[in-house]
Amino acid sequence: MRTAASEPAQAGQRHDEQLISIRGATLAYPTASGDPVQALNPIDLDIRAEAFVSLVGPSGCGKSTLLKILAGLLHQSEGEVTLDGRPLTGPSPNVGVVFQQPVLLPWLTILNNVLLPIRVQKRNVDEYRQRAMDLLAMVGLEGFESRYPSELSGGMQQRVGIVRALVPDPQILLMDEPFGALDALTREQLNDDLQTIWAEQRKTVFFITHSIPEAVYLSDRVLVMSERPGRVIADFEVDIPRPRSLEDVSLPEFVELTGRIRRLLNAKGGID
Amino acid sequence: MTADLASASPRTSPAPRRTARRTARRARRADWIAVVSTFVVVVGGWEAVVRIADISSIVLPPPSLIVGKLYDGLVHGTFVKNLGYTMAETVLGFAIAAFLGIVLGALVAEIRWIRRAVYPYIVAFQTVPKIALAPLLVIWFGFGMTSKVIVAVTVAFFPVIVNTIEGLQNTDHQRIDMIRAMGAGRFEAFRRVKLPSALPYIFAGLDAAIVLSLLGAVVGEFMGSRAGLGNQILIFNSVLDIAGSFAVLILLSIIGFLLHLLLVMVQKKVVFWTNVHAVSSGA
Ligand SMILES: Nc1ncnc2c1ncn2[C@@H]1O[C@H](COP(=O)(O)OP(=O)(O)OP(=O)(O)O)[C@@H](O)[C@H]1O
Ligand SMILES: [Mg+2]
Repeated sequence: MRTAASEPAQAGQRHDEQLISIRGATLAYPTASGDPVQALNPIDLDIRAEAFVSLVGPSGCGKSTLLKILAGLLHQSEGEVTLDGRPLTGPSPNVGVVFQQPVLLPWLTILNNVLLPIRVQKRNVDEYRQRAMDLLAMVGLEGFESRYPSELSGGMQQRVGIVRALVPDPQILLMDEPFGALDALTREQLNDDLQTIWAEQRKTVFFITHSIPEAVYLSDRVLVMSERPGRVIADFEVDIPRPRSLEDVSLPEFVELTGRIRRLLNAKGGID
Repeated sequence: MTADLASASPRTSPAPRRTARRTARRARRADWIAVVSTFVVVVGGWEAVVRIADISSIVLPPPSLIVGKLYDGLVHGTFVKNLGYTMAETVLGFAIAAFLGIVLGALVAEIRWIRRAVYPYIVAFQTVPKIALAPLLVIWFGFGMTSKVIVAVTVAFFPVIVNTIEGLQNTDHQRIDMIRAMGAGRFEAFRRVKLPSALPYIFAGLDAAIVLSLLGAVVGEFMGSRAGLGNQILIFNSVLDIAGSFAVLILLSIIGFLLHLLLVMVQKKVVFWTNVHAVSSGA
């Protein structure tokens, strides 16, 4: 799909199955005053295909910045980012993004909002309409297809944003605190749905959250980021067997791991 | 589908909703009463003062005389013909200004070298009283309709281009990120996100433009013409028929108001998702 000049994956150097590979990537935002804001310190990170990786860290540490680099919206100041062995040069139809805010277009109906990536990518809309309806039904929005975003609550809008990322069936899903604005019950339900989607459709998920239990519950790996300029200071494997259920949050492994992450973040000035 | 929608929407008990609607209706009626009262007091006072103080109708004609003139002019006189003439100039001028303003505004907002070359001039010209060009334009383009249309375009163009640029540049950055992340190029992002996002601004510009276009047409006619409502005012003034002039003035006000109303109606249809009245008129 990518049109970028594709260098052949450096033979031998390519880690087997590493879908996303970040080597020494930094990012400095230019500012009006002239002094750039260093948002990311060198990041080294590999994510294998079909992994579910979460990222937690203090507010303003650069999580969204890292996600925007992976989405192709920002280009790293230094270092290298490869996707499937090819340098990342811009957004890819193979990557779906769920933003911190739902960012729906108020002049489109819910159905047309979630079909927007299909139209932008010049795919056949008719082939995706049923999938869009099914996904909307899955997140509890059946019957809202022809409503407008202003008629939906914040939580419902956020669910529409998730469906919009899923409709084109991307291989990689980047999610920036997608459930931050939701109530606890909806959040748990969507966590379950996300686990199911991930298990059924084998997507690679990069998931930013403020909730340590959520990160542990959903992930194969939980990354912890330092304060700005952010770096990855810890990388935990989560060994709890899948499929996980809500009861698993009281498992000793679960409690132990969330405790360790929390202590690490508290030592570094805390989450939020 | 309809059944789904109905069952999905939360049911509010009818009682509070009805009271809310009744309160709103009552508030609206109170507004109307206030507006009509003001009108009655001002017009009645005007009529009374003119009659009691016995002011000559060459200085200040009474409303009753003006209304009579308006009726005469419309039914027996030349008002309708002149109205058609001025309206043609106004609508033509508005259409050209709207088209040029939106297209050039989009080019300035989207293409950097055009913006660099042109934008400072737009800002500079914004403060020039364009209407002062009317005498010159009439000399250049003659006493016919062309010069009036050009005056109308000159005054109506700026609010459209300024608001178009403003609207396009103010597009929420998150929306642009959202569409770019899907792989949209610049044109797709423009068409699907930026232009619709700018519509409330563009309509604010069009609203200013339509009234300015009428102004341009009338002032153009003042500078020399053979027809139109501006010409009609000049004729009445030359024979000191002040009531006649007032009648034309009222006609012009009504037209201006109706054009504005028409535009607001179109805006509500097109930009249905927002009721925020956007920004600077740029006039
Ligand atoms: N466009 C920008 N220009 C300048 N600085 C920016 C810009 N965007 C972000 N920053 C800065 O970069 C840092 C990292 O921002 P980022 O949005 O990545 O944080 P975050 O970890 O996602 O925070 P949160 O958890 O609150 O969403 C912040 O300190 C922020 O002030
Ligand atoms: Mg963020």
